[in-house]
Amino acid sequence: MKKALLLGDEAIAQAALDAGISGVYAYPGTPSTEITAYIQNSEQAKEGKVHSIWSVNEKTSMETAIGMSYAGKRALCCMKHVGLNVAMDPFVNSAITGANGGLVYLVADDPSMHSSQDEQDSRALAKFAFIPCFEPSSQQEAYDMIFEAFDLSEKMQIPVMMRITTRLAHSRAGVARREPRKQNEIKLHPNPKQFILLPAIARKQYNELLDKQPALEAASENSKYNQYIDGSDKSLGIIACGLAYNYLMENYQDEACKHPILKVSQYPLPRKAIEKITKECKEVLIIEDGYPVYEELLRGYLNQGLKVKGRLDGTLPRVGELNPNLVAKALGMPATKGEDVPALVVPRPPSLCKGCSHIDMYKALNEVMEKHGKGKVYADIGCYTLGALPPYNAIYTTLDMGAAVTMAKGAADAGLLPAVCVIGDSTFTHSGMTGLLDCVIEKTPITIIIADNSTTGMTGGQISHAYGRLEQICEGLGVEKEHIRVCTPLPKNHEELVKIIEEEIAYPGVSVVIPRRECIQTVGRPKTYN
Amino acid sequence: MKKDIILAGVGGQGILSIATIIGAAAVELGMHLKQAEVHGMSQRGGDVQSHLRISDHPIASDLIPQGKADLIISVEPMEALRYLPWLSKEGWLITSSEPFINVPNYPETENVLAEVKKVKQHVVLDAEKIAKDLGNVRAANMVILGAASPYLGIAFDKLEAAIREVFGRKGEEVVNLNLEALRAGAKIAKG
Repeated sequence: MKKALLLGDEAIAQAALDAGISGVYAYPGTPSTEITAYIQNSEQAKEGKVHSIWSVNEKTSMETAIGMSYAGKRALCCMKHVGLNVAMDPFVNSAITGANGGLVYLVADDPSMHSSQDEQDSRALAKFAFIPCFEPSSQQEAYDMIFEAFDLSEKMQIPVMMRITTRLAHSRAGVARREPRKQNEIKLHPNPKQFILLPAIARKQYNELLDKQPALEAASENSKYNQYIDGSDKSLGIIACGLAYNYLMENYQDEACKHPILKVSQYPLPRKAIEKITKECKEVLIIEDGYPVYEELLRGYLNQGLKVKGRLDGTLPRVGELNPNLVAKALGMPATKGEDVPALVVPRPPSLCKGCSHIDMYKALNEVMEKHGKGKVYADIGCYTLGALPPYNAIYTTLDMGAAVTMAKGAADAGLLPAVCVIGDSTFTHSGMTGLLDCVIEKTPITIIIADNSTTGMTGGQISHAYGRLEQICEGLGVEKEHIRVCTPLPKNHEELVKIIEEEIAYPGVSVVIPRRECIQTVGRPKTYN
Repeated sequence: MKKDIILAGVGGQGILSIATIIGAAAVELGMHLKQAEVHGMSQRGGDVQSHLRISDHPIASDLIPQGKADLIISVEPMEALRYLPWLSKEGWLITSSEPFINVPNYPETENVLAEVKKVKQHVVLDAEKIAKDLGNVRAANMVILGAASPYLGIAFDKLEAAIREVFGRKGEEVVNLNLEALRAGAKIAKG
C-alpha cells in the first residue's frame, strides 16, 4: 500500500481507528486538535459509527472515555498538556479503577510554549499516576504504538498514556498502515465493582496498581521501541527520549555514533538497559524534549553518584524545545549556523484578524475602563487573549480556562472594583459556568463579558457548545434576566456597547454582557455536530 | 538526492500549499519526506515557517539544522530574512518582493530588498503582480514555486503533475491558472 502523508496527529487518529476504537473524546487544544478533527472527517469512522463529537472540557471527555472503557470498548481521549490538568481527577483515579476496554490518553505537550501558557511534561504525570507511557520518535512509530498501547491497556487492565510534542503533532511524514481491527463488543468487567472507589475498594485497587508495576517495567524492557545500540567509545553513553532520538541521529548522518545509545520510547524506564549504559559508560548524557524528568531521577537528589549531563548542568538548555543544533552543541560538535538575521528584521506577533468582533469589543471596553484605571480587566484563554498586545493593552490576567470569572470574583471580594472579565463563549462552557454560579450565590459585583464569536476560534473554529444557549445557561445559573445584555459588536454599535458596559458596571451585582458576532474565519460554515 | 527547504511567510498567506505540491511530487517519486508546520496561535497574522525535507534516504529530524537548508522559499521579503541562519553557504533564497505590512515598525521596503540581494544566490520577483496579471492574485504561491523549481531537484513535469493532482477537484480553470503561474515563475528564474 502507498504510504499516506500524515501529520503526527493524523497518524495517531488513523491508528486509533485501525486499532478499533468506538469513540474519541476531546476538547480542542493546540497541538492535539487535529486528532479528533481527522476522525470527525473520516469515512471509516462514519461507517463504524465511531463517536467523535467534541466534549465540553477535558474532564468530561476523559470521564466519558472511561465510561466507554467500562463498557468493554476501546476509547481514545486526546488533550493538550494543560488539558490534562483539567482532567487530573479522573486521570489519577482511573489508574486505580483500572481499564476494561482499551483506554489510551493522548497528551500533546508544547515545549517552548508555541501556543500554551506553560511547558509542563506529561511524562511526569504518567509516572505520578503509575501508568505506562509511550513517547514516539516518528509519525510511523506513533501509528504503530497506538496498537501496542491499546493491547497493553487491555492486557494489563490499565489506562495508557501516549505523550507527543508539538513538533511531532504538526509534522508530516509517510506512514504505512496496518489491517484494521474490529471494534470490541460490549463486555462488562468480571469484577465491575472495582470501578467503585469506596475507600475499602480503593485501597485494594491501589495495591493492585502498585503490583502491576514490575510487569509494566518488564514490558518496557522487552519493548521494540526501547533500543540499546552499542558503541565502542564508552567515555559517554547517550540516553535519547522520544523525538530527541531524531535530533541525536541527525548529527550522525555522515558517520555512525561511536557512543552507546539507549533510545527510550516506552516508560516506566527499562531498568536493565539503564543499568547497563550507566555501568559501562563513564558519563551519561540524557536528552529529553521536555522537563528533565528522568535526568533528575538518574542524577539523584544529592547528585553524588552517576555523572549525568543534560538540562540540569547546562549541557542542554534548561527550558524550551530541543532541536538538532542544541544536541550537536551538547555533543561538542561545531556550530553550523548560517548568516545572522539582519538587524532590520522586526518581530511579527500574532494579531486579531481584520474585522474580528473582539476588536470592536475591546474598543468599547477600553473606552469605559479608561476612567476606572488600570488592572481591573481579567481575561481568559482564546483569541481575545491577544487583547493583551498593542494597540489594545486591555487585559491584565490570563491564567487558565475559566479563571477570568473566578479571578475577577476574588479581586472583587478583596475590594478591587470594578471587576470586569472577558471570556469567550466556548471557554465559558468549558470552565466559566461553575465560577459564574459562585458569583450568583454571593451576588458579587462583577461584569462578565462573554465575547461570543459562536465558535472555538483559536484552535481553528470548532463548534462551540455555547452556541444558541448562552442566555439560557446564564439565566439558569441565576443571573437576572435584565442583567443579561446582548449587543452586536460593530463599529456602528460602538456607543451602544459602551453604554451597556457602563450600565452593568454601575449595577452592584452579577451582570453578563454578550457582544455577539461570528468569527470571520468561520462565517458560512455549518453549525452542526458531525 | 536530498533537499532541505525552509518555507516562510505570514499566517494566512498559504505557504503550506507550496509544501503540499512539492510533497506530492516527492511522494510520487518514492522519496522520503518530513514537513514540520506551524498551527495554532501564530497562524493569526504572525510569522510562520515550515521545514520541508525530501530525500532518497530516511530522514532523522523533523527540523532542519541551522546552516543546512538548500533553499529558503518565501512569499514575503522580510520573512525570507528571518531564516538566514538556516541557509547554507551554497543555498538559494527565492522570495516575493511584495511586503506584507501588518506591524507598525515594518522597515523600509527598499532596505529589506537590499538585504535580500546581499544573499549570494537569490531570486526576487513580484509574484503578486505576475499572479494578478494572470487573473488571480491567489496564485502568487505557485509563481514563487515556479521560481524555485530549477533548484528543487524535481523534474518540472512532476511539479505540473502534482498541481493537477492537488488542485484537480477544484476544476480545470483552477488547475490551468496554477500551471500558468508555475510556468511564469520558472521563466523568471531562468532569466
